[in-house]
Amino acid sequence: MDVNEFVKHFAEQFDETPEELFKPTTLFKELEEWGSLTALSIIAMVDEELDIRITGADIRNSNSIEDLFLLTQAK
Amino acid sequence: MLNPFSLEGKTVLITGASSGIGRGIAVECSKMGANVVITGRNKQRLNETYLSLNGNNHIQIIADLSNNDDLNSLVEQCPQLDGFVSNAGIPKLMIVKFIQKESLEEIMGINTIAPILLTSALIKRKKVIKGGSIVFISSISGVNISTLGESSYSASKGAIHGFVKGAAIDLASQKIRVNSINPGLIQTDILKLAGEMFSEEQINDKLKQYPLKRIGQPEDVAYATIYLLSDAASWVTGTSIVIDGGFTLA
Ligand SMILES: NC(=O)c1ccc[n+]([C@@H]2O[C@H](COP(=O)([O-])OP(=O)(O)OC[C@H]3O[C@@H](n4cnc5c(N)ncnc54)[C@H](OP(=O)(O)O)[C@@H]3O)[C@@H](O)[C@H]2O)c1
Repeated sequence: MDVNEFVKHFAEQFDETPEELFKPTTLFKELEEWGSLTALSIIAMVDEELDIRITGADIRNSNSIEDLFLLTQAK
Repeated sequence: MLNPFSLEGKTVLITGASSGIGRGIAVECSKMGANVVITGRNKQRLNETYLSLNGNNHIQIIADLSNNDDLNSLVEQCPQLDGFVSNAGIPKLMIVKFIQKESLEEIMGINTIAPILLTSALIKRKKVIKGGSIVFISSISGVNISTLGESSYSASKGAIHGFVKGAAIDLASQKIRVNSINPGLIQTDILKLAGEMFSEEQINDKLKQYPLKRIGQPEDVAYATIYLLSDAASWVTGTSIVIDGGFTLA
């Protein structure tokens, strides 16, 4: 999976935020819809799509969507 | 001195005794005079529990309760029981849109189906004596409350809540009592899962919502279990006790 595909799956976890706001550089924690529910969704999405287990700490250590993507690549 | 809460001379089976709440229950029951039959999957940790028991008339049996052969062999090896504590269980965080059949079957299998089948098999083989007591460790989750990502876990525990009521009626003719305990957050390995998902700050915020301002300990659950197993509770059946530091009030 490349970063753009990752961004697409990332965006799918949001119901209110317009898709065009999602870019590799998006600082996702600044999105209004960001919260515990979206965080759990991202963890589950990464598990389902990439078969990789990330933790809450991984999310806390990432700022942009690309940061998180690179983190999954390192696992 | 007569102590209605004593478990002197009683034999009690405890599942999930290799860790956390089950270990606490096993140790405290042994201190109250019970002979315990402890079971779990992990040999080393089960033996650690065994070594911390008070007295020496105890038995340990390794069994994976999601495996039918293990379950039946556990029942075969059990002596006559005055009490049975169904405590083994697993947590699983899954938000609704990511619930998968496999994970759902796993959590229902261990938290709901195995405890029900084990109860049934123990009764069928007449392993629980007349006047015996069965205690399920359920949860406030699924009975009193739920939280984000816990819908499947809640479903598995809520089902037990229903089973307790029906089983209490079925088994009343044999004077066997069936009750459950619904704990709030208890300090055990289960919390490692919470630690993976949430920051220390988020967990501390959660603890602040407990009016008694501390996390529960396995002993908090064990003491209520002892009550339900003892003769002091001989007119108590089909009910549940919330042990949560006041969490569900707040
Ligand atoms: N901790 C809490 O905050 C909390 C709150 C409410 C309710 N509860 C409930 O309390 C019970 C005990 O939880 P805990 O916190 O003490 O958890 P824990 O420390 O993780 O212990 C779980 C126990 O269940 C056993 N177990 C799991 N799957 C099993 C299987 N397939 N076959 C046989 N044994 C199995 C484990 O055995 P091995 O380790 O040997 O595999 C272990 O002894 C659970 O039913 C849980 O849902 C816990």
